[in-house]
Amino acid sequence: MSFLIDSSIMITSQILFFGFGWLFFMRQLFKDYEVRQYVVQVIFSVTFAFSCTMFELIIFEILGVLNSSSRYFHWKLNLCVILLILVFLVPFYIGYFIVSNIRLLHKQRLLFSCLLWLTFMYFFWKLGDPFPILSPKHGILSIEQLISRVGVIGVTLMALLSGFGAVNCPYTYMSYFLRNVTDVDILALERRLLQTMDMIISKKKRMAMTRRTMFQKGEVHNKPSGFWGMIKSITTSAPGSENLNLIQQEVDALEELSRQLFLETADLHATKERIEYSKTFKGKYFNFLGYFFSIYCVWKIFMATINIVFDRVGKTDPVTRGIEITVNYLGIQFDFFYAISSSKSSNVIVLLLAQIMGMYFVSSVLLIRMSMPLEYRTIITEVLGELQFNFYHRWFDVIFLVSALSSILFLYLAHKQAPEKHMTP
Amino acid sequence: MASLDRVKVLVLGDSGVGKSSLVHLLCQNQVLGNPSWTVGCSVDVRVHDYKEGTPVEKTYYIELWDVGGSVGSASSVKSTRAVFYNSINGIILVHDLTNKKSSQNLYRWSSEALNKDLVPTGVLVTNGEYDQEQFAENQIPLLVIGTKLDQIHETKRHEVLTRTAFLAEDFNAEEINLDCTNPRYLAAGSSNAVKLSRFFDKVIEKRYSLRDSNQIPGFPDRKRFWGGTLKGLHYD
Repeated sequence: MSFLIDSSIMITSQILFFGFGWLFFMRQLFKDYEVRQYVVQVIFSVTFAFSCTMFELIIFEILGVLNSSSRYFHWKLNLCVILLILVFLVPFYIGYFIVSNIRLLHKQRLLFSCLLWLTFMYFFWKLGDPFPILSPKHGILSIEQLISRVGVIGVTLMALLSGFGAVNCPYTYMSYFLRNVTDVDILALERRLLQTMDMIISKKKRMAMTRRTMFQKGEVHNKPSGFWGMIKSITTSAPGSENLNLIQQEVDALEELSRQLFLETADLHATKERIEYSKTFKGKYFNFLGYFFSIYCVWKIFMATINIVFDRVGKTDPVTRGIEITVNYLGIQFDFFYAISSSKSSNVIVLLLAQIMGMYFVSSVLLIRMSMPLEYRTIITEVLGELQFNFYHRWFDVIFLVSALSSILFLYLAHKQAPEKHMTP
Repeated sequence: MASLDRVKVLVLGDSGVGKSSLVHLLCQNQVLGNPSWTVGCSVDVRVHDYKEGTPVEKTYYIELWDVGGSVGSASSVKSTRAVFYNSINGIILVHDLTNKKSSQNLYRWSSEALNKDLVPTGVLVTNGEYDQEQFAENQIPLLVIGTKLDQIHETKRHEVLTRTAFLAEDFNAEEINLDCTNPRYLAAGSSNAVKLSRFFDKVIEKRYSLRDSNQIPGFPDRKRFWGGTLKGLHYD
């Protein structure tokens, strides 16, 4: 009887999470696009729902809510479903949508997406071999095998993103790093951009006129397409046609220049807005937060090094570390996704997001085990079997360190390069 | 000196609707083989015979400025795009017939381009809502083009075309629906080609008659100035 009550509570909460994921998808992720494939929305919401349920179960475990046997049942069920989604469903659909975008393979979509999925499975399986994740007692298709692999990928992702976020977050917040941009700079750059556009236009006018006179005279313009086209054009090209190709090359170079100028101008506008924002109260608050975070990060990096050097397993768990930092810059992550998505790839991007989110949550559960007091660990250990948890913590530290250090290097180089570009007249 | 002779037409629309393919088709009478993302703005030039077939026929260069991006871009990108909206003589609004949102976003696109002088910070005051007044007193000729017509199934065609007809009415503009990968939609003598030609003629007329009316100093400008301030007082 109590099992039924518990199950109904679980199911209601899952439906709530599903609805929340659906709304989030519609309002935030897909606010500029039209949803044509509802499959994507459903998959995203389902992944979100099951990920949240896992955390809910941990909380229930600690608080002692619900019957312990029904908790155990729901744990197993939840884990099975989410593994099924992460390993079978989402990768298959990612492959399907990628293949749909490529015009050539459009006819045999299903076949190619199955092939892609099989390749994914092969590499996914091979992933487990070099890592000392589990004892050889277990069979091939057991939960432990799948979880261990998902766990490795998830922990790597988390550590990479935490490392990058730990460094990027203070860099973004602190105004110390903001380059000084004045209106004069922006106007000068805009003038250069418009001048380049004018040059492109005048060349295109010449090309259009040449093409028109050629058309009226009955000549044909041979665009050198492909290898044989180029060979042919050497021997049998009309003078007008040659002229056109020359101008076309100049135009291509100018267009490349105009693109670069446009991006630089956008960059300057963004910097100017950040400078203005930093003068507001909110901006000053974030600036202070930035200083605080930078000290925090340096300390975390230091701790990670100590853990590795002295071969310790961290007492303070990486999950809180990871979650704190990542929750703070989750906004930046989504901006990155907006920036690279377009109406064609939006489906793929959302599915990738769902995949990453799912793996994130699974590995969080793995790592959270370490920070829980002994009495609560039992259920997780029971459900997840004999995984080498210490390995995950060590692995997280290593990847976190590598990611943080390379982000520092990358940001330093990017920061150095930018002011030089604007100083040249 | 150069700005006196230029006829500038903006091509606006969401990313992926087919603006670059359309511009290529209009200017070079060829289908674009490898469309890729437009970063910033790409320009092309069309040679147009004004009042073709009449004694006053004259050839003009029409610049088609294809501005890339989406309406939901960051405000820094919008401010950068605003530099292309100077002294425009016509706007072509492009939407994808298979994507309803791209049609709805056209209101926001036109507001962004037309309100450029009124809102210096680049933030849309009207929140993209449709402002009838603004389109009623708009002097710049508009044209609405719907792309990917071939991907609309026969049975749905009527419904889609009714919807786009309403859209074009809102903008007080003509509309053309075509497929950018098929040049026959703009074949000489077809109704689409006639509409296009009429649009460009209108753009040129507005552009060059404006230059003529400036020779009567002040009078038309003064009228518009009073009209503007009266409207401002009314809404205060």
